[in-house]
Amino acid sequence: MHEFFQRDRTQHPAAFTPDYKSSTLRSPRLALWSLQSSLSEIAGPVFGREELGPLDHDMILNYAKTGEPIGERTIVHGRVLDENGRGVANTLVEVWQANAGGRYRHRNDTYFAPIDPNFGGCGRMITDGEGYYIFRTVKPGAYPFRNHGNSWRPAHIHFSLFGTGFAQRLITQMYFEGDPLIPRDSILNTIADPAVRQRLVAKLDFNHSIPLDSLAYRFDIVLRGSRQIVFENRLQGA
Amino acid sequence: MSVYLQETPSQTAGPYVHIGLIPHQAGLEAFANPLGDTLVAPDTPGERITIEGRVLDGLAAPCRDVLVELWQASAAGRYDEPGFRGWGRTGTDFETGLWSFETVKPGPVPGRDGRVMAPHVSLWLVARGINIGLSTRMYFEGDPLNVEDPVLNMIEPAVRRSTLLGHRDQRAGATVYTFDICLQGPNETVFFDV
Repeated sequence: MHEFFQRDRTQHPAAFTPDYKSSTLRSPRLALWSLQSSLSEIAGPVFGREELGPLDHDMILNYAKTGEPIGERTIVHGRVLDENGRGVANTLVEVWQANAGGRYRHRNDTYFAPIDPNFGGCGRMITDGEGYYIFRTVKPGAYPFRNHGNSWRPAHIHFSLFGTGFAQRLITQMYFEGDPLIPRDSILNTIADPAVRQRLVAKLDFNHSIPLDSLAYRFDIVLRGSRQIVFENRLQGA
Repeated sequence: MSVYLQETPSQTAGPYVHIGLIPHQAGLEAFANPLGDTLVAPDTPGERITIEGRVLDGLAAPCRDVLVELWQASAAGRYDEPGFRGWGRTGTDFETGLWSFETVKPGPVPGRDGRVMAPHVSLWLVARGINIGLSTRMYFEGDPLNVEDPVLNMIEPAVRRSTLLGHRDQRAGATVYTFDICLQGPNETVFFDV
């Protein structure tokens, strides 16, 4: 039996962040109730490599109909680790993003940048035995959204992570080094500490770029760590 | 310097979460094998139930763009039962705001220090405006084990415990548990720091 380290919520956005207006009506106002890990939290769904298709991690090809999508050919890779520094093997990583013009293939996205007929915008993969993942895509475009009058999202890719226990479930966004919209983003700025925000900014990884083909970015992701429960004591009177 | 790494910070799943996690709801046929669409097969053992509800915002309006994930034990109370992953996900309906799962009622599972936990499902919500995923549990109204459940009965004030109860109903011969999740307001659901 093991249990997860307490989540350090100073490293995450608060629920209520009024500068990101959508949070105002969707943020719980009462304190979260602290729950020690039980089996319901330390167990989690398991996914097999055979459940995924061979192109699921290749967004350049997995929705190609008449040709390849428009945009900067980009490789994103990295390692999923836990807070103990151990690679998280065989865990599902799911990603989604706008196309190179900043438009999502989604019925609720009405931005007038065009849909790319050859780009779906979602991918998924399972980490290898040491926690590494890699996928290929085109770099997403920036796009405006209704928050303040002139709010723009920097280029970003959404990531969904599982880990081994359901309490490790995490969704985040990856940004691209050097994007001038990063300091203006109301969503990245929901994270209070500027140094913590930088952990979501992927660095150009020139060594992993493929000459005459694709640039590469490196993005490591850390999920909660756990410890063994050695002494199963109960507080007096509890 | 700490010997530990620190967890990657959360960000909202945004309004287009469907593309990545439930692409068919976005109108996107992306993968031959979508994950999480079904929890049960025709031969899955257990009592068939539907769990459904809405997610209500601070003005009690239904949120119609929420991703809901469900995690549960098998009818035998196991999280590692072959043939039953115990996990599914769905989106609240773009028009009605309803979410629902067809599943089996989970069995009781062992809690910490050996105390049995009453049957429950874990739920996890992400959406536009939710900066970090919200974790809660639904327990089953009328289950005799509820009175001894170590989680349900530690919540204070006790009046809040009812926010974790799914209400049992019969509909056309089928058993339905209704579970509305209130993000804010006088009936704010208990969310857990798991």
